[in-house]
Amino acid sequence: MRELALNILDITENSVKAGATLVEIDIIAEGNVLTIKIKDDGCGMDNEFLNKVTDPFTTTRTTRKVGMGVPLFKMAAEMAGGTFSINSTKGVGTEVVATFEIDNIDREPLGNIADTMVTLLSDDFATEYVLTVSVNGNQFNLDTRELKEQLNGISICEPQVLAFVREMINENIKEIGGANL
Amino acid sequence: MKSIADIMKIRDQMQSEIIMRDNTDDNQETRIVVGMATCGISAGARPVYNTLIDEVAKRNLKGVKVTRSGCLGMCKLEPIVEVFVPGQEKTTYVHVDAEKAKKIVQDHIVNGSVCKEFLITNE
Repeated sequence: MRELALNILDITENSVKAGATLVEIDIIAEGNVLTIKIKDDGCGMDNEFLNKVTDPFTTTRTTRKVGMGVPLFKMAAEMAGGTFSINSTKGVGTEVVATFEIDNIDREPLGNIADTMVTLLSDDFATEYVLTVSVNGNQFNLDTRELKEQLNGISICEPQVLAFVREMINENIKEIGGANL
Repeated sequence: MKSIADIMKIRDQMQSEIIMRDNTDDNQETRIVVGMATCGISAGARPVYNTLIDEVAKRNLKGVKVTRSGCLGMCKLEPIVEVFVPGQEKTTYVHVDAEKAKKIVQDHIVNGSVCKEFLITNE
């Protein structure tokens, strides 16, 4: 992965597959620490699966025996002097938290969050998202439930809508100083 | 700077178009499906996906849906794009990038001619 935003996309797809109705994505830069938190209310995991979930040879799919998403995100955090944790309760949800040293030379750039959000938004799954990006206290929030209310029945998957949402996220992240993270 | 409230303009403009479209059969819809598992993402599927959305939006194409799927089991050929046009066989494009994605929309979706040079059968 070349961008943390790609890791976020990959990890969040697990939440969608877990049947989450709400996924909260927090990206918080404070001083020299970047924290990325992805929290869902999906089906969760039992302890046995949770203990081996960072192993690349663990996956829920039945066609193949490898699952690289979580291990790659963990590696990205640890090689950037950060930490990685994953907590889950069966039937309640899962929370993935990764931290990074912002000035670490091995830290992947945050990359394009807007493209990641647009990719996530453009499907018919019933998942809602709350995105929070905070850079040294300056904050931008996006709640897809508010967005859908404004859309009044027009699908969020419409390409024109998605193109608008992408521009809106890009502008707002730039405004709070998050464009160069 | 844009905010959620600004979307109303787009919404109002689209509302009339949507009603017309809803009267057409679902089976008449063209689907463009991008493989978006870990393998696809790391090979560059996200820019392909976003380019496809932009092209469809820019050309104001009706009855064309861009969507994503999981891993198809051919990770080394990612990014993979499948095109389903009603009444035609499925087309599978491999090693797609943003430029190829533009050409697929222009040649295949708009003009109906398959981009033979990107097909999986070339592999």
